[in-house]
Amino acid sequence: MTFLDIPQNSFYAMLAVLGLLVIASCTRLLLSAKNPNKDYTELRQRIQSWWWIIALLFLVLAANRTTAIVFFGFLSFLALKEFLSIVPTRLTDRRVIFWAYLAIPVQYYWVSMGWYGMFIIFIPVYVFLFLPMRMVLIGDTAGFIRSAGILHWAVMLMVFSISHIAYLLTLPVKNVEAGNVGLVLFLLFMTQFNDVCQYIWGKMLGKHKIIPNVSPNKTWEGFIGGLLTITLCAGFVAPLLTPLAFEYGLGAGVIIGLSGFFGDVVLSSVKRDLQIKDSGSLIPGHGGILDRLDSVIYTAPLFFHFLYYATY
Amino acid sequence: MNRIIKILFFALIIKPLVLIVLGINLRGREKLPVKGPAIIAANHNSHLDALVLMSLYPLTSIHKIRPVAAADYFLSNRLLAWVSIHCLDIVPFNRSGHVDKEQLFSGCHQALDNDDILILFPEGSRGAPEKISKIKKGLFYLTRERIDIKITPVIIYGLGRALPRGEALFVPFNCDVIIGDPLPEAESSTVFIKNISQSFAELYTHCLTRHSDK
Repeated sequence: MTFLDIPQNSFYAMLAVLGLLVIASCTRLLLSAKNPNKDYTELRQRIQSWWWIIALLFLVLAANRTTAIVFFGFLSFLALKEFLSIVPTRLTDRRVIFWAYLAIPVQYYWVSMGWYGMFIIFIPVYVFLFLPMRMVLIGDTAGFIRSAGILHWAVMLMVFSISHIAYLLTLPVKNVEAGNVGLVLFLLFMTQFNDVCQYIWGKMLGKHKIIPNVSPNKTWEGFIGGLLTITLCAGFVAPLLTPLAFEYGLGAGVIIGLSGFFGDVVLSSVKRDLQIKDSGSLIPGHGGILDRLDSVIYTAPLFFHFLYYATY
Repeated sequence: MNRIIKILFFALIIKPLVLIVLGINLRGREKLPVKGPAIIAANHNSHLDALVLMSLYPLTSIHKIRPVAAADYFLSNRLLAWVSIHCLDIVPFNRSGHVDKEQLFSGCHQALDNDDILILFPEGSRGAPEKISKIKKGLFYLTRERIDIKITPVIIYGLGRALPRGEALFVPFNCDVIIGDPLPEAESSTVFIKNISQSFAELYTHCLTRHSDK
């Protein structure tokens, strides 16, 4: 283990996150002690799962870059598999789907070698054109358009978007105190914290629903409260963990707050369309892996390109 | 020796495969019978069905879980027979129709007397992917004189896409495994088939992947 290799600011950020988890666990214990009759099973499972997720993430980030890239590639695999398992596909698409899975190691290979040009066009150009070619060779035309659309959307969301988290690790280091691990921590923490803030503001003040047909719990108050909190928070944290100065940090916060909200509701719409509540049961207390990655799918590429434009 | 082969087979191959490459949406785990004699009655679309169900059990009790499998298929060649007998420890079942009922179930009765948990597919064959075929009466006749035995219905969905009949290419898909409450006692085969069909239909509504092949 090379824990000492973690740059100082990233190390403190990790400690802070662990501190928050300790607070969450203690609060849960206090709540259960106060109201012994209430069932806190889901909250307990949720926090427990958070411990596992954070432990795993910090371990791979601390190990080395290759391990972390393989880890995010594996996340892409789990997400793509979960998505393709719930959306409608035809039995004749099996062989095409097999190729879609093969795009994952290739895409993450470009990431690991830092070939930006290939990383950015491989899926939107090559995979986009190749999958329908494979479909044509199978020759099932009934439902062709829908399947081609679903498969491309799946690969874009689950492989292209998520691989942007991994590419943060390959960028040249501009903030020596934080290293590239700082970028990943910043993105993931802000995205998840945004979810939490929107939830808390919504619980406290929520009155006016934004899109009741998609997600009845999302309110303007929660959305705006979360967005403001994250923007401010990002402004102060960005100079520590990223190469972005305060005012650019505010910009990153706005992008993460807005896109995190939309990632969440886009995946909610998918589940509504299919009339299911969760997309899987991989993470106890959370649901499937997509129920946790939904916001990140939107924040990762948008934050990445803001950062890339602003500093590289 | 067989027990060690079976444990190794599940620990090194099947469990990692099911957990990582395949992926299960499991519901109602607490309803799974822990102690034999008991019967798990599942729908059947793929060779993976029995393996997935067995992989839900811990390695310490995996030798007690035995799939009832067609002798004409699983003992047809030497390699398959070796895997079926040593790795899976199947209870061979003769479905040719030339054997009388007493003898037909003797293997199952022996296993149940030995407190094993049997995995049975009352449809008799895998059929078309993700479709439930007509349920046969065999299971009713097997349990007619054994009121002590609980039959737990299970719906498995999605494996027909991961590895359908007649395909050799395995493609990863999450599958649903929904475990139901034990079936009530039935006085006739018609009632029995009605009960099991009803239970399957109810369990099916909990499948997350049920819209995947529309």
